[in-house]
Amino acid sequence: MEKNQPASKLLRTDRKTGIVGYGAYIPRYRLPGSEVAMLWTGSPKGSPVKEKAVAGLDEDVITMSIEAARNALVRANIDASELRAVWVGSESHPYAVKPSGTLVAEAIGASNDIQAGDWEFACKAGTEAMVAAIALVGSGMGRYALAIGMDTAQGKPGDALEYTASSGGAAFVIGPREEAIVNIEATYSFVSDTPDFWRRPEQKYPEHGQRFTGDPAYFKHVESAGRVMLEELGMKASDFTYAVFHQPNPRFPLKAGKDLGFTEEQIKPGLLVPVIGNTYAGASMVGLTAILDIAKPGDRILQVSYGSGAGSDAFYLEVTEKIAERRELAPSTADYLARRTEINYATYARFRGKIDMG
Amino acid sequence: MENPRYWRLKKQRYSLLGEVCPHCDSKIFPPRDICPECGGEAKTDFAFSGKGKVYSYTVMRDAPAGYEQNAPYTVAIVALDEGPMVTAQLTDLGEEPVRIGMPVEMVTRKLREDGEKKGILVYGYKFRPICFHENSQPASQGQAG
Repeated sequence: MEKNQPASKLLRTDRKTGIVGYGAYIPRYRLPGSEVAMLWTGSPKGSPVKEKAVAGLDEDVITMSIEAARNALVRANIDASELRAVWVGSESHPYAVKPSGTLVAEAIGASNDIQAGDWEFACKAGTEAMVAAIALVGSGMGRYALAIGMDTAQGKPGDALEYTASSGGAAFVIGPREEAIVNIEATYSFVSDTPDFWRRPEQKYPEHGQRFTGDPAYFKHVESAGRVMLEELGMKASDFTYAVFHQPNPRFPLKAGKDLGFTEEQIKPGLLVPVIGNTYAGASMVGLTAILDIAKPGDRILQVSYGSGAGSDAFYLEVTEKIAERRELAPSTADYLARRTEINYATYARFRGKIDMG
Repeated sequence: MENPRYWRLKKQRYSLLGEVCPHCDSKIFPPRDICPECGGEAKTDFAFSGKGKVYSYTVMRDAPAGYEQNAPYTVAIVALDEGPMVTAQLTDLGEEPVRIGMPVEMVTRKLREDGEKKGILVYGYKFRPICFHENSQPASQGQAG
């Protein structure tokens, strides 16, 4: 550590790491925002998104994590038995007590010699797992670690979040620099105790502080993390090809990006919230997969997540020449977006367990 | 409460892990340690690709205990590319009608919930129509064993 730039706030590993494989998962069902608006306001207008992705009756964070992880492993071109960690970040783990990670690990064929705890930090649980995976690989404790951000987000019927709370996410295999399709140059995290959004034990739906979720919460943390990252790197927004932010709605990431100096052209390729909603722990990660599907070697990407309670993880990423050969190995995020079955509110209510079966 | 049985079957249920016969190279599912083709001992793990075709199917409208909340659903006999037939639910059918010969791929899904919101969640293989381009290989893990 003494050589690791003591004056810098950035987190860097002595042993260089990168993303060696990535995989998205978006369930096929879509609930149009107009369905939600019609039910609660009598008008089809007013939804902040066109539609959101909804998990099917037989899907949850474990099953969706398994598919994203399989996609990531295929792209990484490694055997699952080479992983030394399988970490799932979510705020909708199927069990209150019993890890998602062990079941995902078993299903993808990982060995028994791994770390497999679950992560919880509202919508940044997945990127928290990414930072830990980078540390594990960067320390030399293991060659590969799998970090997943996945959610089946809970939206209370009639609440503003019901338009956007959706299902989906992504998995990343972190590994050594020489195999990387994306180099991880640095990370930085900014956290503070902020009561903007929470869910108490045994409550089905979260509570939130209405407009308090904006300036003191999302914008303060996302912009602080992004600004410190740029300052410490001595870089500016125009040095990057793409930026992807946590995306609870279309407006927040565009404003945060603009405040940091990014243009809509840099942000739009990773902005999936208008067509899949807010996938919570998966949001900035699945946005990143959409960018990696089109990125070119040398492209620089800034990723900034946000989790209520509150904090942001920022990543400085650079795409390598290995991207082209590996991204074709698994379905693209655009493939998942195109696989689409529209459902009505009644089917949504059934799929998401909102009908009391007695 | 059948936790020991679920636990014992987890490898085959989660990822279609079967066996290959070292004598005649038959692929075996579910694993049974004796080759049904040649009668020899067969204990070598084999990870199926998860790809297959619908051999036959039916729609369950009157579901057995534990599956009521999913009805109606489709159950198929799937002929795996490697040979064996398996019986499983189809999922994510979308608007496409099921037909005999339809190419399908394995996905791991939640099969049922045990015991009145207090028991374990049971996961296992289902099949869905193949929906992505040819060079995609989302279904299964690499060769095991």
